[in-house]
Amino acid sequence: MSTTTLDQVAVDRASTDRRIRPPQVIPVELRKMFDTRSGFWLMASIVIAALLATTAVIVFAPDEELTFSTFATAFGIPMTVILPIVAILSVTSEWSQRSGLTTFTLVPHRGRVIGAKALVSVFVGVVAVLLAFAVGAVGNVVGTAIAGVDRVWDASLTDLLNIVLANVLGLLVGFMLGVLIRSSAGAIVAYFVYSFVLPTLSMLLASSQGWFRDLQPWVDFNFAQTALFNGSLTGEQWAQLGVTSLAWLVVPTAVGIRLVLRSEVK
Amino acid sequence: MITVEALTKRYGGFTAVDDVTFTARPGRVTGFLGPNGAGKSTTMRVMVGLTPPTSGTATVSGRHFADLPNPGLEVGVLLDASAQHAGRTGREILTIAQRTMRLPARRVDEMLEVVSLTSEEATRRVRHYSLGMRQRLGIATALIGDPEVLILDEPANGLDPAGIRWMRDLLRGYADRGGTVLLSSHLLHEIEVIADDLVVIGNGRIVSQGTKTELLSAAGCLVRTTDAPRLARALAEFGIASTPGTDGAVRAEADPEVVGKVAFAAGLPVLELRPADGAGLEEIFLELTSDTQREGAAA
Repeated sequence: MSTTTLDQVAVDRASTDRRIRPPQVIPVELRKMFDTRSGFWLMASIVIAALLATTAVIVFAPDEELTFSTFATAFGIPMTVILPIVAILSVTSEWSQRSGLTTFTLVPHRGRVIGAKALVSVFVGVVAVLLAFAVGAVGNVVGTAIAGVDRVWDASLTDLLNIVLANVLGLLVGFMLGVLIRSSAGAIVAYFVYSFVLPTLSMLLASSQGWFRDLQPWVDFNFAQTALFNGSLTGEQWAQLGVTSLAWLVVPTAVGIRLVLRSEVK
Repeated sequence: MITVEALTKRYGGFTAVDDVTFTARPGRVTGFLGPNGAGKSTTMRVMVGLTPPTSGTATVSGRHFADLPNPGLEVGVLLDASAQHAGRTGREILTIAQRTMRLPARRVDEMLEVVSLTSEEATRRVRHYSLGMRQRLGIATALIGDPEVLILDEPANGLDPAGIRWMRDLLRGYADRGGTVLLSSHLLHEIEVIADDLVVIGNGRIVSQGTKTELLSAAGCLVRTTDAPRLARALAEFGIASTPGTDGAVRAEADPEVVGKVAFAAGLPVLELRPADGAGLEEIFLELTSDTQREGAAA
């Protein structure tokens, strides 16, 4: 048995600032994204996927396609899957692992915790995409040097920003499903339905039904997002992105946050 | 100090907590006693703001939990030792609590010391912890902010006898230094040994509350003589109800002093005479909650 007793280890209250201010929750939430084995490997997988994608392009892509945008597309695909899962797990683990019992007792303002999770997820997402750009750029330099072809930087700053935005939107979809469903397995399944099954159905519908073809850009969020990966958007495309994200992202997020604030934590 | 006033929580048509009022005072250990599903955990979750009440209030140190500027420094909470991310190490879980409360980093090591988790155990992931180790980690999380109030739901679950003894001494010392402890359990013996005050709940309603001494004296005393039936008749003549126990013992609903005098007057040698503590509390508990027991009227 230990000889240490409680009265030997009292906190010096005079030197402790007793309040928790809302921004102070943010670093703790960032830490919680990395401090489990699954969290760590999820983050590591972003880097690994970027490296693998870049290597694959160098090895397999024909010389004339060794351009920056080929690299950008190659690492963009794994990223669009991993980032939403990062956001989902940061929210749902509080429920699925029941750690929320402690989290929401230490900070009895769930809005602050959830807000911090959203901010941290977006931060991690942006850093990950920038990191992937860097890996892609190195791949472009090395790849073209190996192949002995001219280096092509065929992506403008706007293109890059659009890709960042597309990834942040995808990540926020994950966050939305997280707060709405609050179960890791459920939210991940929902994410795959949302981003792979629904777009396919929408595509089928558009190819068989003429009336839906004109409507699709205005109702299909995924369709509207795809434009972000294909260069700059027209005013109409921005409007379509706005309308679809309102219906498919903003409204369900609001509902989900309301549920999180009111629901019982068990 | 924890004050619960007219607290009610309904789920649809089901009333989990029904008009519960009680106070847990500083310097005392308050035992919150009741069968499974009586509403203990729901009441505790309402106290710490995890469950919104249907009506009524629960305050800690005079304030609603959500109004505490840094709750961990004022209230230590352990609701379920298993409710932790299984993939985190014990040390990491304490570190998160320490950072959230903005405490100095050395608190983590101090708490590991206090709850006797070795540094090797602290680096293991919680998924590999026994229930007893989880309870220790949960106690450490509750104590890390050096709070004045402790709210613990079934903290003795999964602890070995030495662990239970350790927990008892820890909570006793904590209350003796002026802390408020609210501790729920269905383990009567545990509560009886440690608690100063008792709140007994059944089916969401408080069925009895008071100091342990009050409740135990209501349980009467246990007396053993050479002739139990004769003693019972003698007691009945003085209007004292009694029930026969095992091997010649009789539980009499009166003070030991009175019972002793009756036995003396009846000329019966008394072999044993004491307050009916252990058995007494259990009887009271089963009696008070008999309408609400799953097994029916066990008393």
